[in-house]
Amino acid sequence: MAEHLLEVRDLSVEFHTAAGTVKAVQNVSWHLDRGETLAILGESGSGKSVSASAVMNLIDMPPGRITSGRVLLNGRDMLAMTAEERRRINGARIAMIFQDPLAHLNPVYTVGWQIAEMVTTHGGAARDAQARALELLGRVGIPDPQAAMGRYPHQFSGGQRQRLMIAMALAMKPDILIADEPTTALDVTVQAQVLALLEELQQETGMGLLLITHDLGVVAEIADRVVVMNNGQIVETGLAAEVYRNPQHPYTRKLIDAAPGKGQMPQARDRSGAPLLRAENLHKHYGAFHALKGVGLTIMPGETVAVVGESGSGKSTLARAILRLDDPDSGSILYRGQDLMTMTPRQIFGLRRDLQMVFQDPTQSLNPRMTVFQLISEAWVIHRDILPKAQWKARVAELLVKVGLRPEHAARYPHQFSGGQRQRIAIARALAMEPKLIVCDEAVSALDVSIQAQVIALLDGLRREFGLSYLFIAHDLPVVRDFADRVIVMKSGQIVDEGPVREIFEAPGHPYTRALLAASLDPDPEVQAARRQARASQEERIPA
Amino acid sequence: MEAPTGAMQQKKGSRATAVPPPTPEGEEGGHMKTFIGKRALASAISLVGLVILVFFLSRLTGDPTNLYLPLDATTEMREQFRELHGFNDPLVVQFGRYVGALVRGDFGNSIRQARPAMEVVLEAFTWTLWLAAITMTLVTAAAIVIGSLAAFKVGGIFDRIATFFSLIGASAPDFWLAIVAIVIFAVNLHWLPTSGTGTALHWVLPVAVLFVRPFGLILQVVRGSMISVLGSAYVKTARAKGVRTRPIIFVHGLRNAMLPVITVIGDQAAAILNGAVVIETIFGFPGIGKLMIDSILLRDFSVVLAAIMVSALAIFIMNLLIDLAYAALDPRIRY
Repeated sequence: MAEHLLEVRDLSVEFHTAAGTVKAVQNVSWHLDRGETLAILGESGSGKSVSASAVMNLIDMPPGRITSGRVLLNGRDMLAMTAEERRRINGARIAMIFQDPLAHLNPVYTVGWQIAEMVTTHGGAARDAQARALELLGRVGIPDPQAAMGRYPHQFSGGQRQRLMIAMALAMKPDILIADEPTTALDVTVQAQVLALLEELQQETGMGLLLITHDLGVVAEIADRVVVMNNGQIVETGLAAEVYRNPQHPYTRKLIDAAPGKGQMPQARDRSGAPLLRAENLHKHYGAFHALKGVGLTIMPGETVAVVGESGSGKSTLARAILRLDDPDSGSILYRGQDLMTMTPRQIFGLRRDLQMVFQDPTQSLNPRMTVFQLISEAWVIHRDILPKAQWKARVAELLVKVGLRPEHAARYPHQFSGGQRQRIAIARALAMEPKLIVCDEAVSALDVSIQAQVIALLDGLRREFGLSYLFIAHDLPVVRDFADRVIVMKSGQIVDEGPVREIFEAPGHPYTRALLAASLDPDPEVQAARRQARASQEERIPA
Repeated sequence: MEAPTGAMQQKKGSRATAVPPPTPEGEEGGHMKTFIGKRALASAISLVGLVILVFFLSRLTGDPTNLYLPLDATTEMREQFRELHGFNDPLVVQFGRYVGALVRGDFGNSIRQARPAMEVVLEAFTWTLWLAAITMTLVTAAAIVIGSLAAFKVGGIFDRIATFFSLIGASAPDFWLAIVAIVIFAVNLHWLPTSGTGTALHWVLPVAVLFVRPFGLILQVVRGSMISVLGSAYVKTARAKGVRTRPIIFVHGLRNAMLPVITVIGDQAAAILNGAVVIETIFGFPGIGKLMIDSILLRDFSVVLAAIMVSALAIFIMNLLIDLAYAALDPRIRY
C-alpha cells in the first residue's frame, strides 16, 4: 500500500459521560495526500470533527478514549508518539483553523503577537517571527498589515478574523491544514472570498487540505474527495462530483435531497386588496449607527415575505421594529389599518397575540426551567380569553402533534430535545397564540439541512392550514427560494431590491442581489466548477 | 463585493481600504482622564457625606472630658478642658470650626497624643500599608501559581490537596488562628515574639495569620476562573499551534483568568487597609485598625475622622487601580 501524507486507519473514539459511554466515531478510515482537498461531510453529532481532533491531539482524555486505530503521518503512527513529539507536529506540520475565529483567537493579545508565537513556539527567532507575521498578514489580504500587527482580534470583522486564523496556521508552512467549518459563521460573499483564499494558498504551497463541513455547497466548491459521516461512521466516500451525482448510501441521498434551493418557486401572487401589515419609512439609530434608513414593506394575508441580507444589513432590526420589540425612531407600521406606532401599550398588548416571533436559537429563547407544557400554555396565562384552562392540556397535545412532536413530550424540559425539536417547540408556542403573522428571525439557520427542510415544510403546511403570513428573516438564499412568495434584499439599513421570488432568483435586477446569488454555493460540484471557470475567465478579461 | 464600475474607481476603492482607521489613542488618553476625574468627584462627594455622618455620630457618644481628666479633677478643670477643645459650643458650631480648619489642611489635634491627628494617622497607616502590601503580594503569588496548577488537572491529587486546604483557609476564623499561632509558636516553642514590632520576626505571625483567609478565597477564584479559561476556544487554538503547556497556562490562560481574580484581590487588600482590627489588636501591631479602635474608645474625635478619611482615600485609590488593571489586562475594556 502506498504511503499517504496523512492516514487515519480504523479509528474508534469513545467518550465516557455520566449518562454512559458515547461512541463518537467507530472504525473510521480516510487518507489525505499532498495538494489534495478532502472534505468530511456530516451533520451535527455525526462525529465529523472527532478524527481531526484525534490528529491534533485535542481530545481530552479522560473523558475521551481512543479504543482502536492508528493515525499515520508519512507512515509513522502519531498515537504512539510522545506528547512532546505530537506538540512539535502541531502547528508546524499540521495546522488547524476553526469555525468561530473570534472565540478561537486570544482576546488579550495582539494578532501580530499571536501569529509570531507560532514561529517562536517552533524555535524561530523573535525578529524573524515578526517579519513572517507581517508578511502573512499581507498575504491573506489584511489591509495595512503594519498597523494590523498591533491590533486585537475584536477590532477586525468576521471575515478578517478568519483570514488572521489562516495567516497564523500557515506561519510554519505546514504540510496539512485542517479547517473545521471555516466559513460557517460568515456571510456568503465573505465565505466565497475565504474559500478562494484557501484554494489559492493550497495551490501555492501544495499542502493537503482537510475540510470539515456540514455544507454540500462548500464541498462542491472546494473538495476533490468527500467522506460522508453519519452517527460516527463513514457511510460513503469518493470523488465529490461522483458522490453528488450518484450517491450510493440512502443517508447521502437524503442529505443531497434535503439541500435547499431546488424546489418549485411559487407564482407571483395577486397583491390587490387590504394588506395585513404595511410598514413605511422606518428609521432606527443605535447611537451614531443608522441601522434602518427609511425602510418599508407590505405583507398580504397568507403571504411569506423574506428579508435577506448579510450581517449588519438591518434585517433583524427591521423584524424587531415591526413587532415593536425595539421601537423604531420614526415611521409608521399599519396592522390592518391601525398604526402600531401611535398605540398605547395596552392596545399593543391586545395585538401581541396576532404577531408572534420565532427566534434563531431555541436553546436561548426557551426558558430552560419550564416544561414544554408550561412554555406553550404560558400564552394562555397571559391572554386569558384565548382558551379556558380545562382545555389547555388537550390543546398543547394537539399543537405538539401539529409540529411533529408527541403529546407526552409536554412534560419534558427543553434540554431533553434536539435543536430541531426545540425549534418545533418554539413554533408550537407561537401557534398557541393563534397569530396572524409569525416573524421568523433566522429560525432555521442553526439547524442541520435535513432538519431545516423538515421545519420549512412544517411552516409551509401551517401557512396553508391557518392562512398565516410569515416575515422570514434569513441570510441563506436557497432556503428563501423554496419558501418565500416575495423577497426583499437589504444592505446597510436600506432595501436595495424587492420583488416576487421568481423575479429575484431568475432575473435579479440589482448588482448586489446578483453578487449575493453568485456567492451562494450550489450543492452540485459541476455547477460550482462551471461558476469558478466563469469567474476565472472574467478575471482574465479585466486586466486586458 | 460591489460590482466593478471601472478600473479607476476600483483602484480608488482598494486604496481607501488600505488606509488605517483613525487610531483613537490621543482620544483614549483623554477618556481615561475624564474617567478618573469622574470617579474622583464621585468619591469626593461620598467622602463629604462620610465626614458629616461620622462627625455627628461620634459626638453622640458624649463628651470625652471625663475620660481624660483624673477622677478628682475639679469642675473648673473640667470646664477649662471643655473650653480648650471647644466641646461647650453647639454641635453645628463645632462642625463649622472643624470644616473651616479642614479647608486649611488642618485635621485637628489628637487629644490623647497632643499632636496633629493626621500625623498620628499617617504613622499608623504606614504600618498597615506595609502589612497589606507584604501579605497581599505573598497571597497573590501563591494563589495564582497553586490555583493555576490545580486547574490544569481538575480532580488530580494536586487539585484535591489545594482545594482541601484552601477551603479550610477560607473558613478558618482569623482571631482563633492568631491565638493558636501565638500559643504554639510564641508561648510554647519560643520561636517568634508574641506581639509588638521591632524585628523582622515580629512580622511573621501577623502576616501569616492574615495570609490564610485571602489565600484560600483567591485560590478558589483563580482555580475556577482558570478552569473556564483553559476550556476556552483560544486555548484549543494554542494547543493546535503546539504551544507548550506552561505558556498555555501562564501566558494564554492567566491573563484572561485574572479579571475576576483582580476584583477579589482588591477587595481583600482593601479589607486589610481598612484596618485588620482584630489581628492588629491581638498582635499589638501599631496599624490604623488598632489606632481607630483606641481612638473610638477614648473619643479622640479628630483622629477617628482623619483615620476614616485616610482609609476612604486608600479604598478609592485601590478601586481605581483595579479599574486600571482591568483596562491594562483586557484591550476590550476601555473607559
